[in-house]
Amino acid sequence: MTVIVNGEPRAVAAGTLAEALQALDYGEARVATALNGEFVPARARAATPVKEGDRIEIVAPRQGG
Amino acid sequence: MGTWSSQRLLDCSVAKARRRTGVLPNALRLLTMTAAIDRRKTVALTQTPDFTLYGVTLASRLLLGTSQYPSPAILAEAAHASSADVLTVSLRRESARLREGQDFWRLIRDIGARVLPNTAGCYSVKEAVTTAQMAREVFSTPWIKLEVIGEADTLQPDVFGLVEAARILASEGFEVFPYTTEDLVVAERLLDAGCKVLMPWGAPIGSGKGLNNVFGLRALRAHFPDVPLIVDAGVGLPSHAAAAMELGYDGVLLNTAVAKAGDPIAMARAFAQAIQAGRAAFLAGPTQPRDMASPSTPVVGRAVLI
Repeated sequence: MTVIVNGEPRAVAAGTLAEALQALDYGEARVATALNGEFVPARARAATPVKEGDRIEIVAPRQGG
Repeated sequence: MGTWSSQRLLDCSVAKARRRTGVLPNALRLLTMTAAIDRRKTVALTQTPDFTLYGVTLASRLLLGTSQYPSPAILAEAAHASSADVLTVSLRRESARLREGQDFWRLIRDIGARVLPNTAGCYSVKEAVTTAQMAREVFSTPWIKLEVIGEADTLQPDVFGLVEAARILASEGFEVFPYTTEDLVVAERLLDAGCKVLMPWGAPIGSGKGLNNVFGLRALRAHFPDVPLIVDAGVGLPSHAAAAMELGYDGVLLNTAVAKAGDPIAMARAFAQAIQAGRAAFLAGPTQPRDMASPSTPVVGRAVLI
């Protein structure tokens, strides 16, 4: 299945957002996620299904003004 | 003396002191009337001891950005030199391979300051709200520096979207720090939306132009004597920061002026000193500018030497 991860198409074998993060090697990284533009809290990732063509945003702390 | 003169500002501050200290109005009236001859007492009254944002009391009135430093080590040293208790941060896409965000988060944690995440780069209410929701989870804080940008050349806030996003976020339990203009009506709307701090711009972000509209900033201060006001953006020099504090602003938020300085660590220290000096000057009751000269040396007793 192909999903769009941070703007790039990626092939992942995953049924949920939590599985997708593991498949993409994020492990225990401190990140926040959004699916198709909607915030998905960490606790909801395991119960959030992903499907072909979904847009996943994975963000982390960065410098800011 | 104009409507928004320093006298008016002083009056507002005295009113604020009265509300906070519970000092009898009669005593205050007397002190206000005699301010010019007994400034020390007025100063004691206008000294609001704390800089408190959403219930958190901070020792430093400087809030520092973490972007554009020559290196992470210089950022850390500049942050320490600034004595800032609050550092602004952002969220950006994370690569599973590079994991830049994880390294940055360790650096910020080691510095030990409180973080104020921003929604920089968001041009819509939806983007800003979603970014705030993600920031709350990643940074474990309800604080959000809310930016809804309306125009790319000036990075001027879209104040309509800002008010809408602030209302949504406040209803979700966020403690919103809105990046706004000095517009009084927008300020009122933001307070209605649930904001308890306002952050008007000094000048466009990164421009270093200082306080573009001193009249507007002075009016905002006078209108909202009880609301913590922080000048955010456009500050280029320590003198700009000092000027904001002399107007009675509660704090200054800046980034580029320190990060892009020749020596960011020394500049961070200079800003800290300027903000302290400006605050002290405000509390000391600045004199008013006048159009005509006024001799400071006594005229009486001058020798006649013709």
